[in-house]
Amino acid sequence: MTPHVSNKPTTTMPFGRVVELPGHRLDVPATEPLRLDCGIDFAPFTIAYQTYGRLNADKSNAILVCHALTGDQFVAEPHPITGKPGWWEHMVGPGRVLDTDRFFIICINVLGGCMGTTGPKEINPATGKPWGLKFPVITIADMVRAQVRVIDHLGIDQLFCVIGGSMGGMQVLQWAAAYPERVFSAVPIATAARHSAQNIAFHEVGRQAIIADPDWCGGDYLERGVRPHRGLAVARMAAHITYLSEAALHRKFGRALQDREALSYGFDADFQVESYLRHQGSTFVERFDANSYLYITRAMDYFDLARDYGGVLANAFRGTKTRFCIVSFTSDWLFPTAESRALVHALNAVAANVSFVEIETDKGHDAFLLDEPEFFATLAGFLNGAAEHRWNGTRR
Amino acid sequence: MNTPFAPNGKRPRASIRVDLQIIADMVTPGARVLDVGCGDGALLDYLVHFKQVDGRGIEISQEGVNACVAQGLSVIQGDAETDLKDYPSDAFDFVILSQTLQAMYDPKTVLGELVRIGRRAIVSFPNFGVWHVRLKLLVYGKMPVTDSYDTAWYETPNIHLCTISDFVELCDDLDIVIEQGMVLDAKGRPRSLRAPGTLANLLGEQGLFLLRRRT
Repeated sequence: MTPHVSNKPTTTMPFGRVVELPGHRLDVPATEPLRLDCGIDFAPFTIAYQTYGRLNADKSNAILVCHALTGDQFVAEPHPITGKPGWWEHMVGPGRVLDTDRFFIICINVLGGCMGTTGPKEINPATGKPWGLKFPVITIADMVRAQVRVIDHLGIDQLFCVIGGSMGGMQVLQWAAAYPERVFSAVPIATAARHSAQNIAFHEVGRQAIIADPDWCGGDYLERGVRPHRGLAVARMAAHITYLSEAALHRKFGRALQDREALSYGFDADFQVESYLRHQGSTFVERFDANSYLYITRAMDYFDLARDYGGVLANAFRGTKTRFCIVSFTSDWLFPTAESRALVHALNAVAANVSFVEIETDKGHDAFLLDEPEFFATLAGFLNGAAEHRWNGTRR
Repeated sequence: MNTPFAPNGKRPRASIRVDLQIIADMVTPGARVLDVGCGDGALLDYLVHFKQVDGRGIEISQEGVNACVAQGLSVIQGDAETDLKDYPSDAFDFVILSQTLQAMYDPKTVLGELVRIGRRAIVSFPNFGVWHVRLKLLVYGKMPVTDSYDTAWYETPNIHLCTISDFVELCDDLDIVIEQGMVLDAKGRPRSLRAPGTLANLLGEQGLFLLRRRT
């Protein structure tokens, strides 16, 4: 049975206000549950996604963009809640590296997310209340399984490319490992085949900040009409530091003071860097759900691709025909180049077709979201090379 | 709507350096090829477009890697001395090491890896036994600077210089069969001398060998 498709996705805002979102939705009925890693058959649920460009006649020009932890499907258009530009606008669009004149770009809000796809803030049909902590714990593999439903629904056998950075890169790796014949090329950026102990530790700090906020109410804050803004803002502030490099922070702020001539001898935001972090925290809580943050960080922590393949990462890619392009950034200490190199070694061990570039930048992990000319040039070259093989019949 | 394939405006290189052309001629069309130390990708690009090979490259300089990937070649940033061991045996039909062996810390291990991961290896290097190098060392008593060795001893990347005879001896030690050997002149053109041989070692500017392991 084909899942029912209605018009527009929606998201539930604070105080139960339901807002219609741009893009598309896929409603997966109770009869077609998703078997999650935790063992639960999950259904019904809704997946919200956005597309740019046009799918060609033989449905061969689709590129799936996988978003990161706090990203969403609004890759190349103003965000419907914040009004800010799309998170990859300089990458996706007419004439851009992901050229919407040539390619059909798909981005899907991840399962457990909070921008239209079913997550902990949406209503649990069994109780009529928000899911909260009753929402099942999901994994990167579960997110990808949900994405497969959308790709199937669109009638696409093989994606020309699956691309994404950070947690998006984890999804790229999961796609390439679990559905190799459906991925012609894969571009995992600033990512790793498993979340490191240090990264799990940072996530735990963020989660504890949320849980420690009295307004979190054991996860039932939506029913109580409150929101753990302070906890979520602190989680975002701590995480934001890990996205930047020391050099970038210094270049941007140094020890410059915020709107004042002298130190205040108090705990106001004396320094610009404090003010900046507070701003990052307070704007984040307007668009992101605290429980979603718990669930999605957990999914990243659980990611360990080798574990699913007998502890040998190379086994995840044995026999693959997918063309890989792995990208890392010199100043990224959250997903350092060594993680990408481990991926390259695993792919070499199965003689996979792999390119690997490390881009020189001082912008840290966030570099994958920014306008880095050399990053764009190598990506464009890789995609052109892949397109040449895909459409000109050149031997691999 | 446009076709998804839009060439980036760069034409494939129709002509390459003479010595690279000789290497390219040794490669069978459609083969799986690994170019170790592929530089800016000149040889790899030629092989991919004119020999339809499934080509990969390893390059140590980030600048070279980015240039290669930007033109659509499958190249990784890596070091031959540490990264070749990752590849499975017989992963490639040809593994190419052009003008790089003499810059390796451990050329013996690298040579062994080349014939392990490739069914054939193509190796070229400048010959330190060529007559004018011998003469310069004899007459002036100083490290020779020539077309092939164009930097002074204190800044040369060439740390393990060898002659064609030395190379042949090492191949013997490693149980490597020389299927084809030739010597090139200063411009990279082949000379009508067969290597190994005393004259080849005396007259060849460069040695170029097609190798395989014995078993």
